[in-house]
Amino acid sequence: MTDHLVEVTQLRKEFGGLVATNDIDFTVERGSIVSLIGPNGAGKTTFFNQLTGVYQPTSGSILFDGVEVVGMPPHAITALGIGRTFQNIRLFAQMTALENVLVGMHSCLHGGILGSIFRTPKVRREEAAAREKARELLVYSGLPKRHEEQAGSLPYGDQRRLEVARALATDPKLLLLDEPTAGMNPQETATFIAFVRRVRDEKQLTVLLIEHDMKVVMGVSERCTVLEYGEKIAEGTPAVIQSNERVIEAYLGKGAVG
Amino acid sequence: MLPRLRGARVTDLIGLTLLGLLLIWLAVNFVKGPAAFIDISLIGLTNGTIYGVVALGYTLVYGILQLINFAHGDVFALSGLVASTVIVSVLGLDEGSSALVIIGGLAVTLVVIMVGFSLFNASIERVAYRPLRNAPRLAPLITAVGMSFVVENISLALYGVNYRTVPNLISHSDVIHIGGITYSWSKASVLIIVIPLLVVLSWFVRSTKQGKAMRAVAQDTEASAMMGIDVDHTIAVTFLIAGALAGAAGIVYLMQFNMRFDTGFELGLIAFTAAVLGGIGNLSGAVLGALCIGFIQAFNEGLGWFAPGSDWTRSMVFGILILVLVFRPEGILGEQTPEGA
Repeated sequence: MTDHLVEVTQLRKEFGGLVATNDIDFTVERGSIVSLIGPNGAGKTTFFNQLTGVYQPTSGSILFDGVEVVGMPPHAITALGIGRTFQNIRLFAQMTALENVLVGMHSCLHGGILGSIFRTPKVRREEAAAREKARELLVYSGLPKRHEEQAGSLPYGDQRRLEVARALATDPKLLLLDEPTAGMNPQETATFIAFVRRVRDEKQLTVLLIEHDMKVVMGVSERCTVLEYGEKIAEGTPAVIQSNERVIEAYLGKGAVG
Repeated sequence: MLPRLRGARVTDLIGLTLLGLLLIWLAVNFVKGPAAFIDISLIGLTNGTIYGVVALGYTLVYGILQLINFAHGDVFALSGLVASTVIVSVLGLDEGSSALVIIGGLAVTLVVIMVGFSLFNASIERVAYRPLRNAPRLAPLITAVGMSFVVENISLALYGVNYRTVPNLISHSDVIHIGGITYSWSKASVLIIVIPLLVVLSWFVRSTKQGKAMRAVAQDTEASAMMGIDVDHTIAVTFLIAGALAGAAGIVYLMQFNMRFDTGFELGLIAFTAAVLGGIGNLSGAVLGALCIGFIQAFNEGLGWFAPGSDWTRSMVFGILILVLVFRPEGILGEQTPEGA
């Protein structure tokens, strides 16, 4: 039997009359890299937002590592081990790169208010260790320098890398990447694909990504799920998906087939 | 492009002329009576500091929730009134008490009021604002106006319409007495209490885990939640801090002036103006804006040569608010750095 890190059953989200997620069943195998693809407005980001607790599903269940996360607040879900990046970069622009990563470690630090006011030795040790770890993560994610610069002033590619470093700082089991290569050139994209594979292997992560660029999808993912109008229309290996008629129809329109 | 450039130049010119006239006015007043001028500046500094502590409460909450917490001024007033009860009725301090008893008594009052009102302020958030977290922005704003009336009427019900005052606990003897310049212990006590608070606040926001969480939530609530920050908890901490500051301001204000149930209304407006003037959401900005208003008020009411006088203070303060909103809506230091101490 396969080991599922994520098990979504009959997930449904309605915004007024609009059904954004229409009774989706979906699983992610532990240790795999899975792509979620589909045309604009297919409900991919809405799906992410339900996984992370930003939206409450109308009905359905999401089991993460055996725990039901529907109804849990976002920070608690993050603590369980889901880290994410955003479609439009959402760094804390007025903090330094290092601080951004430190914020990501927030839930892993234990010093409460009193501890941080009285600077107990334990809190100090913990802070020093956190800084050290944050720097390592930055280097690991391809940001060897400029740690003290404001995140908002970093070049675009570095901001993308910083977002991944920040997500990794939450110590996730599942990494959600929302269009991570948007705006990257082919060279950067290739580097990024290699990086995602390396992170998965070295940190024993599971990766779920939303992607538009079919080259990325083919290059990085072991399985894909295709959404259209909130419904799952296909699932399988990239090669199978690529030749699926409904998928081609959804992307290119009717008549493109045959 | 050209007409716009010229337009900008005309505004600049008018601005610079006004600034020049202001400086000339101040210089003439200084020459006419240097000692009085410095005296008046010190009064401005003292009052500005008090406004600053209240303004910080507005700006902290605005930074994190984009909510103007109208109730803040009334929380400040109620804290001052309760402090008067603690000082007069509970501890029984008066002018005859020994210095040690007075200092100890005031320290106890400060702690009790700051803790009490931080909890009070956090309860307001829990009851009135948290349930509206996902409501449109207007809903909590109107609730804040409602909370303001509720708190003001609690003050009215408890303390009636009369002004409350405390005995002159802090000696009015002078710290400085050079030439005609005097600065009393009673005024210095404001700085002695407030400056350490500001230092601690600035350190807290900049360097602690909670402070980092506050800055993160202020910049992007959703991304913060994704980073494992408990947003509700962080907002509650912000209200605790704002309440503690309101309590401290209530005590230092009470040591200087009389207070009654509606003191918080006008002072709240002044402090809010200060926060906007400095750049709302910006901590240093709130203090800077408050000092500006403190000086404007003191110079306007105190200087001898062509000062408009106290009848004009409100018009000037709120006139400045309008000018700032028109010409520099982001305030002196800008609002782009929420909680950026």
